[in-house]
Amino acid sequence: MTTTTDIAVGTQLPPLRIEPISRATLALFAGASGDHMPIHIDSDAAKKFGYDDVFAHGMLSMAYLGRLLTNWVPQDKIKTYRARFTAVTPLHAEPTCTGRVTAVDDGLATVELTVTIADGTVTLRGDATIDIT
Amino acid sequence: MHIDPEKAKALPFRPIEAAVERGRLRFFAKAIGQDDPIYSDVDAARQAGHPDLPVPPTFFFSLELEAPDAFSFLADLNINLGRILHGEQSFTYHSLAYAGETLILKPRISDVYTKKGGALEFLVKHTEITRPNGEPVADAEFSLAISHSEVTA
Repeated sequence: MTTTTDIAVGTQLPPLRIEPISRATLALFAGASGDHMPIHIDSDAAKKFGYDDVFAHGMLSMAYLGRLLTNWVPQDKIKTYRARFTAVTPLHAEPTCTGRVTAVDDGLATVELTVTIADGTVTLRGDATIDIT
Repeated sequence: MHIDPEKAKALPFRPIEAAVERGRLRFFAKAIGQDDPIYSDVDAARQAGHPDLPVPPTFFFSLELEAPDAFSFLADLNINLGRILHGEQSFTYHSLAYAGETLILKPRISDVYTKKGGALEFLVKHTEITRPNGEPVADAEFSLAISHSEVTA
């Protein structure tokens, strides 16, 4: 884990690569997260709503990025954490979570965060502020 | 049909009393591939200085889903499930919470706005999360994107 005093503009977080997302991943996450929306776990329902198949919960990607953050600093240093879901994460996608410090101001570092899948699509853009005092 | 912002903001939500359970946190850790033992092993958490398993950064969203009718506001506002996507989510943290605690979640619709000439509508739900004594734990903001394909921008 990083000592927060080492954090400066340009610091890259060690990337976090995630195993391909399977139907089992989505079923487990539906149960564990309490989000039982059928478009994430039931292919028939997904097709009925016009999708080719089930796709991942946005909150699954945000949880992976949360792991990137807590691997890097103790959780109580995270003051804010935001995500914008920019594209659907299809089944079998292989997400990679990355982060880079873009500002350090008044004891708070701003980290810009992305989740990118193997074909280059950015599925999530976000940021977090970290207490580095 | 667009949402009536006044109706949405006046929609009543019952406060949710959510017990944070170790088992749920372990299941969540497993589901997201969390390999840091402080999120699943009480001894590891205690060795790291925590009183119990910490609630991870995004799990507050799940605590809100403990309410049996967590998504009933969508039906109350006549929102078609086939047209919605989770647009944005944010959290502001005030203090760590742990397994064994009971937290109080108070949701409300805080904003409704449109983009692209009405083709895309956003519904924002703000949830205040506190301890029973009122001590703030976190604030969460859920933003739902609703597509209105009948509107061509």
